[in-house]
Amino acid sequence: MYLRPEDRVRPSRMALRIAVVGGVGVALFAVLFFRLWTLQVLDGAENLAEAKNNRTRSFEIIAPRGKILARNGEVLVDNRTSLALQVDTTKLPEEPAAEAAELKELGSLVHMDLEHVRKALAEGEAVAAGAPITLRRDVGYDLIYYIEEHKGKFPGVSVEKVFVRNYPDETRAAHVLGSTGEVSEEELEEPPYEGLEPGEIVGQGGVEYTYDKFLRGTPGISRYQVNALGEPTPGGRLTSTPPTPGDNLKLTINPAVQAAGEGALAARGPGAFVTMNVHSGEVLGMGSFPTYDPTELTPPLSQAQVDNLFRNPEDPLTNRAVEGLYPTGSTFKLITAMASLNSGVSTPETRIDDPGSITIGEQKFEDSEGVGYGDVDLVEALKYSSDVYFYTLGDEMWQTNDLQDWAHRLGIGRSTGIDLPQAEGSEGLVPGKQWAEEEIAAGNEFVEPWGPGQNVQLATGQGYLQTDPLEMAVAYATVANGGTVVTPHLGEEIEDPAGRVLKEFDPGPRRHVHVDPAYRAAILEGLHEAAQSQGGTSCSSFCEFPIEVGGKTGTAERVGHAYNQSWYLVLAPYPNPQIVTAVTIEEGGFGAESAAPAAKEILEAYFGHQLKEEAEEETETEVGIGEEEAVLEEAGEVG
Amino acid sequence: MMYATRARQARPELFDERPTIGERLGLAHMDWAMAFAAVGLIAFSVFTLGQATLHDIPGNPHYYVERQAIYGVAGIVGMLVLARIDYSRFRELRVGIYTFLCVSIALVFVFGFAARGSRRAFELPFFAFQPSELGKLLLVLALAGFVIDGARRGSPIRRTARYLALGLAPAVLVFLQPDLGTCLVLVVGTLAVMYFGGVPWTHFAVIGGGIAALIALVLVVAPAIGHPVLKEYQEQRLTSFLNPSAEPGGAGYQQDQSMVAIGAGQKTGRGDQATQTRLDFVPERSTDFIFAVIGERYGFLGAAFVLSLYALLIWRALRIVTLSKNSYGILVAGGIAVELLFQVFVNVGMCLGIMPITGIPLPMMSYGGSSVLATFLAIGVLQSINIQARLSRRGRFAW
Repeated sequence: MYLRPEDRVRPSRMALRIAVVGGVGVALFAVLFFRLWTLQVLDGAENLAEAKNNRTRSFEIIAPRGKILARNGEVLVDNRTSLALQVDTTKLPEEPAAEAAELKELGSLVHMDLEHVRKALAEGEAVAAGAPITLRRDVGYDLIYYIEEHKGKFPGVSVEKVFVRNYPDETRAAHVLGSTGEVSEEELEEPPYEGLEPGEIVGQGGVEYTYDKFLRGTPGISRYQVNALGEPTPGGRLTSTPPTPGDNLKLTINPAVQAAGEGALAARGPGAFVTMNVHSGEVLGMGSFPTYDPTELTPPLSQAQVDNLFRNPEDPLTNRAVEGLYPTGSTFKLITAMASLNSGVSTPETRIDDPGSITIGEQKFEDSEGVGYGDVDLVEALKYSSDVYFYTLGDEMWQTNDLQDWAHRLGIGRSTGIDLPQAEGSEGLVPGKQWAEEEIAAGNEFVEPWGPGQNVQLATGQGYLQTDPLEMAVAYATVANGGTVVTPHLGEEIEDPAGRVLKEFDPGPRRHVHVDPAYRAAILEGLHEAAQSQGGTSCSSFCEFPIEVGGKTGTAERVGHAYNQSWYLVLAPYPNPQIVTAVTIEEGGFGAESAAPAAKEILEAYFGHQLKEEAEEETETEVGIGEEEAVLEEAGEVG
Repeated sequence: MMYATRARQARPELFDERPTIGERLGLAHMDWAMAFAAVGLIAFSVFTLGQATLHDIPGNPHYYVERQAIYGVAGIVGMLVLARIDYSRFRELRVGIYTFLCVSIALVFVFGFAARGSRRAFELPFFAFQPSELGKLLLVLALAGFVIDGARRGSPIRRTARYLALGLAPAVLVFLQPDLGTCLVLVVGTLAVMYFGGVPWTHFAVIGGGIAALIALVLVVAPAIGHPVLKEYQEQRLTSFLNPSAEPGGAGYQQDQSMVAIGAGQKTGRGDQATQTRLDFVPERSTDFIFAVIGERYGFLGAAFVLSLYALLIWRALRIVTLSKNSYGILVAGGIAVELLFQVFVNVGMCLGIMPITGIPLPMMSYGGSSVLATFLAIGVLQSINIQARLSRRGRFAW
C-alpha cells in the first residue's frame, strides 16, 4: 500500500498542521482565561453589585398574620384589609418647593397640614428608613380615584392594600395580646428578625411579640422585569411565589373568665387580675385596668391618641398583672406561714394570743381592725387574718433570712417565666437584710438598717415589698398543688391556617419546693375558713358561693395613695384546687371590699356551667319531697 | 491478544518479559493524565450539580446528581472498553458507522420526541438518547476512514468536495432537527479531519470564504427577501452577543445574566450565597450554562481549575495526534481534539459573553447522558490510539 508522493501526509507538513492547531488552542484558552480574569477579578466587585441589584425587582406580597384564638377557638385577633395611603420619600421631587407643594396638596386630601405630614414622614423614616410610610389608613375610594387620576401630580404616592389587625372585642385581653408594628431598624439587627425587610409588620408586645415567629407569615414574592426607572415592564412578571400566611396561636385564655375579670376590674378602678390553672400554669384569664384599644396603637397616631396612651398618668399600656409593683397586705401571710412552718418557728398547732396589738422593740403594731381574736392557731389566724399572729412570726424570723428565702422559693420578687415581654425590674422586690445594706451603701437615705420592725411589716405584706398578681398566684398555686412552681403561660398551641396542630406549648414546672402535706392542709383549711365560714374575712363574698373555695384578703397601705390597695387570692375548688385567681384593685380599700367581690365574679364565670347545673339539680331535688331535708342540711353546712 | 502473540513470534528476545496486569488488560499504556482530566471533570460536574440543583425538582433534590453520576460511571466504563479495542478496526467499519450515523439521526425525525420545539432524541427507558451527540464521534471515525481510503482517488478538489459532502450530510440533518450547536460541531469535526487529512490550505481558504458568504446569506440576505433559514430564536441567540443588553428577557439578556453571575463569583466564589444561578436569572444552569454556575459558586479558582482540566485534556489529545502509529489515528485524534476544543471554547465563551448562544453543551460538565457518554467514548478512542502507539513503539505489533 503506497500513497502517491503528493498525497502522503509528510511528517514535516503534519507537524506544522498540529502546531497550528496547538497554537490556536493556546490562543483560545488564553482568551478564555483573560476574559475570566477580567470578569471575576477586575470587574468582580461591579458584577457582584449588579447581581445584588439585578434588573429584576421583587415585590413583596404581604402575608396575613396568624390569628390569635382563645382556648375554645374564639377569635381574639384576626386581620382585615385596609387601603393605606403611602408615601415613598425616595421618589418625592428633589426640589424643595415642588416637594412642599406635593405634600401640602396631599395633606389637604387627608385633612393634615404640611407640618403634620412632614412630622408623620419623619417619624416613619425614623422607624424604617427607605420603606414606604403610611400617612393614613382606611382611605376611601374617592381619594384613590383622585390620586390615580392625578398620578403625575403625586410622584411617590400610592394606595396599597395592607393587612391590619382586627380586634373583634376591641379592648378584650389587650395587654395579653399586645400590638403589632413595623419592625424597627434596631430590631432588624437582631436574630429573631433576620431576613425581614424594613417596614414589615412584627409583634411588639404581649403574645404578638413572644410568638411573633409563628404568627408572622412569609411574604410572597412577585418578580418582575423592571425598566431603568424600576417600574415593572408590561407582561414582565417572571415568577411569583404566593405568600404563606402566618400560623394561628391558640391561647389558654378562657373567654368567659377573661370577660368577667375585665368587667370586674372596669367596675372597680385601676387594678389587675390573673386566673391560672394551679397544676399546669395555664393562664385562663389575665387583665389590667385601665386598658386600651390595640387598634389605636397602629400608626399613624393622632396627638390625642398619643397623649391618651403614652402620657396618661393612669398608664393604660402597663400590664399591671405582670408589671405592677404592689405591696400585698395579708395575702402575703400564706408565705409567712410557709416560712415559719418550714423553719421550725411554728407548727400548725402553735397558738398565739392576739390581744389586738403587739409591741416589738419600741414599735406598737396593731391589727387592722384594732380588735383582738384571742388565742389563735394557724387556721384561725388565717381565717380572721390575725396580724398579731403573723407579726410575731415575722419578729421571730427577723434575724434569719427564712421569710425572704421562702418568698423567693415561692416565686415572689423573681421572674415567673411567663411568655410575655416584661419591662426590666418588673419582677419586683422582697426586702431583706442584704437588700437594706445594699441600699444604704448606695446612698438611699430612706432605707434604715434591717430590723425586727421591717420583718414584721414584710410578714403581713407591707413595707417595701413589691410584687404583682401573677407572682402571688404562682406562690398560692405552689402550695395548692403540693410544691410545683409552675411556669405560667398563655400560649397553648400553634395551628396552621387549616387548624392542624403544629406545636404544643408546655413549658413544664419551673422548680419544685417541698411542701409538707400537713402544712398544706392547714393552710388550705385556714383559707377555706376565711372564705366560707362565719367570721372569715371574705365570708361576705363567698359564704353563699355554692362551690367550696379557699381565699385570702389583703389590704395594703401604699405610699402616695389615699386608699388602701385591695387584694384577694382565691383557690378553688377546696380542698383540691384546680385554679387560682389573684385580684388587686388600686385604692380599692379592704380586700373584702372590692377585690374579693371581683374574684367572685371571675369564679362565677369559670364555674358558670357547673353552677347552672347545680342550680338545676337543686330545683330537681326540691321536686323530690323526700330529699328536701338533706338539701336543707347541706345548705346549712355551707351557711 | 493477537498482537501480543505475533510480537512474541517476531521478537523472541522479548519473550522473557512477562506482561504486567495492565498489559494483559490492554490498559498499561493509557494516557493517565488525560484520564485524570476526564474523570476530574465529571467528578466536578457531579459536585457542582449536587450543590446547584438541590431545589430544581421539588421532592427530588438529587435527581440530576444521581443521573449524572450514573452517566459518568457508564462513560468511564465505556472509555476503558474502547481504550483496549484497536481503533483501526473502525476504519474498516467506516461505511457501517456512517450509515448508522445518518440513519439514526434521520430516525429521530420519525421516532424522536420533541422537546422545546426541537426533535433530537429517542426516549429510551433510562435516558433520552440523542444520536447527534454520538454522531460527533461517529462522523470523525467514519470520515477519517473515507479520507484515508480515498487518498488516491480523484483530483484534490473532487476529494475535498467529496469529504465536505460526506461530512455535511449528517450536519444538515442535525441542523433540521433543529440543533444548530451540534450541527456546528459536526461541521468543525469534518473540517478538522480534512485538515489533518492534508486538504490544501487553498481549499480551506475557499471553504472559509464560502462559510462567510453563507453566514451573510443566512443572517442578512435570506431574512431580507423573506425566506429566513434560521428560526427566530436561533438568529436572536447568534447575534445577540454582539449587543447583549438589547432587550431584557431575550437571548442577550440571558447572556448578560451569565456574565454578571460569573463576575459576581469574584476570586473565590459565592458558594450558597449565589443568586444569579440559584434564582433563575441564568437559564439552563444544569446544562448549557453550567459554567456560569461554576463561576458564580466557586469563583475564579473554580472556573480556572475547570478550564485547566480542559487545557490538560486537549493538550494530551493533541499529543496523541503526534504519537499516532498511523494516519487514521492522526485524523481521528485530530478530529476529536478539535471538536473538544471547539465545544469548550464556544460554550465557555458563550457563558463569558464572547461567543454566541449556540446550544453547545460543555463536554462532561453539562448534565446529559448522551453528551457525557459520547465524550467519554471519544476519549476512549483517543486512549486506544495512545495505547496502540505505545505498543507499536515497543514493537509489539505488526502493521
